[in-house]
Amino acid sequence: MFKKILIANRGEIAVRVIRACHEMGIAAVAVYSDVDRASLHVRKADEAYPIGAPAATESYLNIPKILDVIERSGAEAVHPGYGFLSENAKFARACSEAGVKFIGPTAAAMDAMGSKTRARQAMERAGIPFVPGTSRGLESLEQAEQVAARIGYPIMLKAAAGGGGKGMRLVNSAADLKSALEGARSEAERSFGDSEVYVEKAILNPRHIEMQVLADEHGNTVYLGERECSLQRRHQKVVEEAPSPIVDAGMRQRMGEVAVRVAQAAGYTNAGTVEFLVDQQKNFYFLEMNTRLQVEHPVTELVTGLDLVHLQIRIAAGERLPFTQEHVSIRGHAIECRIYAEDPDNNYFPSPGKITLLLAPSGPGIRRDSGMYEGWTVPMDYDPLLAKLIGYGTDREQAISRLTRALNEYFVGGIKTNISLFRRILCHPDFRAAKLDTGFLDRVLKQSGDPVDSRPNQEVIEVAVVAAGMFAALGPAAAGPGERPDSNVSSTDSKTPSKWKGSARSEALQ
Amino acid sequence: MTYDVILDGKHYRLELSRAEDRWSCRLDGREVEVDAALARPDVLSLRLGNQAFEVKCERVGSDLHLWVGSARFAAEVRDPRSLRGRSRAADAVGVKKLTAPMPGKIVRVLVTPGAEIEAGEGVLVVEAMKMQNEIKSPKKGTIQKILVEEGAAVNAGDVLAIVE
Repeated sequence: MFKKILIANRGEIAVRVIRACHEMGIAAVAVYSDVDRASLHVRKADEAYPIGAPAATESYLNIPKILDVIERSGAEAVHPGYGFLSENAKFARACSEAGVKFIGPTAAAMDAMGSKTRARQAMERAGIPFVPGTSRGLESLEQAEQVAARIGYPIMLKAAAGGGGKGMRLVNSAADLKSALEGARSEAERSFGDSEVYVEKAILNPRHIEMQVLADEHGNTVYLGERECSLQRRHQKVVEEAPSPIVDAGMRQRMGEVAVRVAQAAGYTNAGTVEFLVDQQKNFYFLEMNTRLQVEHPVTELVTGLDLVHLQIRIAAGERLPFTQEHVSIRGHAIECRIYAEDPDNNYFPSPGKITLLLAPSGPGIRRDSGMYEGWTVPMDYDPLLAKLIGYGTDREQAISRLTRALNEYFVGGIKTNISLFRRILCHPDFRAAKLDTGFLDRVLKQSGDPVDSRPNQEVIEVAVVAAGMFAALGPAAAGPGERPDSNVSSTDSKTPSKWKGSARSEALQ
Repeated sequence: MTYDVILDGKHYRLELSRAEDRWSCRLDGREVEVDAALARPDVLSLRLGNQAFEVKCERVGSDLHLWVGSARFAAEVRDPRSLRGRSRAADAVGVKKLTAPMPGKIVRVLVTPGAEIEAGEGVLVVEAMKMQNEIKSPKKGTIQKILVEEGAAVNAGDVLAIVE
């Protein structure tokens, strides 16, 4: 077993992997950019190394710097987390050449699945059902027109080299095809440095259901159940759950066996996820494979009772899977919300800044994987994911009620977060009825206002008035931190200028 | 203590006093049974009769933001005595500075000095991190000054405009 692992990541996932290392008696090495010096993952690690300027390309994506820290720290293995270098075949190869174990699949498996077109070709050879379309990049507008006519509109143009909605265009008719193709190509070039675009039939209001797979290096591959990830905004997942409300045991077995064949076709080892699109008739089609541990892995951990990061480390250390498919069972229901530093009143614009107050929920059935703490300044240089809040229960209803309760307890002061969005989602009748599809969130967001707080009643207003007076009455310290330098002050503040100047000065230093 | 509390634009008169461990409270002349304990400087445990509430507060510039459950309020608390005979100070309290929330570039100025503006109406548009952010007026009033031009680069905290 490894004695020391370097975590090539930051934020909540770095903390999560460090915790797994500590549970297994393994020393954890953290890396941090200048702006992450005070981050939680640095404090929780056993060793920490600075890796330079905030920009990801200078730090967390900088392969030579990461390899240098691996060498200096003597780490025997590296866990890449998700994002950053987790699906970078060049990095996986470099680790292998340096004699360091990359905790994840081989570079060859990443290459096989990393290009969407190559993955589709492999699926075709393996007889896996996938969304009708092309398996190779489009060579011309004429070819695009022919394929579109054959499979029928509406079609989806997609970038072969990446996801996240970039290089994607929905085309409803032949008239829109030319400009959509040009737009998709140039966006793909800008986002991934590769303008290759392919075509898929557009499935209307599909469900996005993905299957967790796990393979050791001795030829054993299992599936660990599915996750429903249909709640997305701009192709980014926002709420995920396990199991999927529409997947019964028979469908789980069929999808699981297909997912295992996909993993085997790619020569896959370690943890990965096979994504499917499911239409209204419950037909499922291979979409793509993610060759890494995913953000939403906790929901699978809760319903299977397995620790995926422990298993990743053990597989990388050469151990056989300690169980077989027959031992895997799904119990209970888990729902995850991704808490982002975003302003819900301003189109979810990122909202960096200092967290002045953090009241975090806990209690029965609540898991919180967080990278934030009170007093931390959220940097603006990275994806603003702060924490994941997961509710677990014996069934979906209990998971929803626990998660709702926890969201009501959750308070983050000083910055804006998307917590209010989850309250809206969880009380929505379609969510409760599990009527989910990838268009759900856009429809909910179009409905104006927050039904929960739209008109505060008279009693709540009275409470607020009395509370305002109480905060003022109970002392100058009662008004709380966070005054900006030089802003106008109300008359109550004029009694205590020195305290505000003091906190304003310390704010200005940040 | 007497306070003039302005909550979401409406005025309330609040009288609070404490004798030993008991509070007395009158809200707009009406007696209200209250009891309070500060859990921390920005978290208040408040009882109105036997109903219990957790109220959080955040300072945002010169405003107090209060949260009662998930309901959010903007509040200003004034000691009416200190405003007597200081009308200029009263005007100044109403003046709001709009600041840049993060470093970026001014891509559009939506109003001119002297223009009347509603609460929530856009004053300028700042572009940062490849997204555009409309800076809105926090109150109904008049644009006193615009301190930047289209194309200007700004830093977090820079004053962009003044509304009175």
